[in-house]
Amino acid sequence: MIYEVIVGGKPHRLELEKAAGGWECRLDGLSIHIDALVPRRDVLSLLVDGRAYEIKREQTATDLHMWVGSSRFAVELHDPRSLRSRQKSAGDEMGPRKILAPMPGRVVRLLVAENSAVEAGQGIVVVEAMKMQNEIKSPKKGVVKKILATPGAAVNPGDVLAIVE
Amino acid sequence: MFKKILIANRGEIAVRIIRACRELGIATVAVYSDVDRAALHVRKSDEAYSIGPAAAAESYLRMDKILDVAKRSGSEAIHPGYGFLSENAKFAQACADAGVKFIGPTPHSMEMMGSKTRARQEMEKAGVPFVPGTSRGLTSPEEGEEVAERVGYPVMLKAAAGGGGKGMRLVHTRQELRSALESAQSEAQRSFGDSEVYIEKAIVNPRHIEMQVLADEHGHTVWLGERECSIQRRHQKVLEESPSAIVDPDMRRRMGEVAVKVAKAANYTNAGTVEFLVDQQKNFYFLEMNTRLQVEHPVTELTTGLDLVHLQIRIAAGEKLPFAQCDVEIRGHAIECRIYAEDPDNNYFPSPGKITLLLVPSGPGIRRDSGMYEGWNVPMDYDPLLAKLIGYGTDRQQAIMRLQRALYEYFVAGIKTNISLFQRILCDADFQAGKFDTGYLDRLLAEGDPAVTSGAPEREIEALETIAAIAAGMFAVLDPASPVSKNGDTGGPASVPSNWKQKGRSEALR
Repeated sequence: MIYEVIVGGKPHRLELEKAAGGWECRLDGLSIHIDALVPRRDVLSLLVDGRAYEIKREQTATDLHMWVGSSRFAVELHDPRSLRSRQKSAGDEMGPRKILAPMPGRVVRLLVAENSAVEAGQGIVVVEAMKMQNEIKSPKKGVVKKILATPGAAVNPGDVLAIVE
Repeated sequence: MFKKILIANRGEIAVRIIRACRELGIATVAVYSDVDRAALHVRKSDEAYSIGPAAAAESYLRMDKILDVAKRSGSEAIHPGYGFLSENAKFAQACADAGVKFIGPTPHSMEMMGSKTRARQEMEKAGVPFVPGTSRGLTSPEEGEEVAERVGYPVMLKAAAGGGGKGMRLVHTRQELRSALESAQSEAQRSFGDSEVYIEKAIVNPRHIEMQVLADEHGHTVWLGERECSIQRRHQKVLEESPSAIVDPDMRRRMGEVAVKVAKAANYTNAGTVEFLVDQQKNFYFLEMNTRLQVEHPVTELTTGLDLVHLQIRIAAGEKLPFAQCDVEIRGHAIECRIYAEDPDNNYFPSPGKITLLLVPSGPGIRRDSGMYEGWNVPMDYDPLLAKLIGYGTDRQQAIMRLQRALYEYFVAGIKTNISLFQRILCDADFQAGKFDTGYLDRLLAEGDPAVTSGAPEREIEALETIAAIAAGMFAVLDPASPVSKNGDTGGPASVPSNWKQKGRSEALR
């Protein structure tokens, strides 16, 4: 298996091959023998040269995280042979950006109108949960192409609230 | 003894009370709102009844519905937990009228302590030390200016019906007073439906220390030691411990005796807590009395070896306190962390949602009072408290080390929690030295991102990044069917109808 893994913004080439007593792992050309076991869903026990790690996987509405001990790492995993995954990641950088609801809640009000220009970090929508109001901000400078959130409506994590281009 | 008790609450405290009842051989009745059908307290109780929609005002705050369930189920007593109806004198009276025992003080004691100005008046009569200021609501800005001049700036304006920092203003100069009073009064009116605001001298950098008391219905009142509650974020307690690092046996005895005096002046029965502000010279002043079981009661249970919920139930059943003041012994040290569903990376904004993975700590000196489980969808409608992690040790240092170990084991995925906040507090030098006041945590958080300030060595981070990269690949190979909750999936078919209802209701309400 060959993967392109991006950890903390840095790309790595990862090759994994079944070997006697574990896996042969080549990370950026460097070879390591590892023993890996999934004792339960989303938990990985990894033995590297006698050192033991317990890694937890967390998939949120928007990101994939690996927790090594108490340290969290944002990770992107791509199959380099798949054109689609590359196009998707390129599209995220350059084109329109979706603003997603980070948690379940209720839309309280809209702070901008469609087609208005916004700065990066400017509030777009206010979502309320557990009696607290949270401003959902624009990830980039641009124009609000579309607003899908309606005041009063319930939203789930990952729901598209607006699109900024 | 009661045969059956209704628990008028939800979350971890409802589970904790159900456990006490089971230990005592008492049957339990849970109540739940539409979004709490799958909540842990419903699963753990002997009987459970629906009491309406998600909004607390339509369910957990509805006295009529709860008393109706009590009647239908044949419950002899109601435990209110904390929050919701726990400090509502009208509810305590309604229980009495319905012939159901309210596990707590009498409506009369609750009324006296429910208004901060009324409590101050009573304590003045009883000779209890309290912060200089007025014991009645201010009638004019001029009166406020006059009192402030007399006690000296800075002064604190407080809502008589207040709590949680609402209707509270710190005033440094005469110029600020008038507008601060107006905004405090209007905030008090909005939050509590009562605009009464009084004034007291502001204690600079105080500590917030409270004393647990217990009184039976035969005239016996005891104190059970203090809890240090100065670690607060925006006036909300986050971490509590017992004993306090600054309280010695003599001060403890003096605080305890004042607390008992307060309780007796209010004819208090059952469990209660007397809160004090402590200044830098260790003078302590009466602040208010909480007429309920506190969130942080476990630290007292661990250091005294007593079970406060058992005792609450026994007292309510008419039993005498089974021990005297001289039998109470404080041993060891306990610290509690309040695990909240909130996002440390986003200004501690609440983070409800589905818990996709839950790994829990255990082992020596660790107690966990929790209302959550893996697969549960934390509703967005209530307080974000998920669980309490309490560490106990021979001394403070061991309690801290055990908690650090347990927090390392604790893992919650799917929602955000404040677990990392406690890792930060517990390794902070000032906290470890016991040097803090109520402003400590807000100052610590203002220092900025812990990842930047802690400055883990670059090489160490790189090594962990390598492990993260390998792990991502190994997961893809060995555990490819990620249980990712896709958009709109809120945890199985059972929760779908309630979502529909909720949506319909919120639209109907507009």
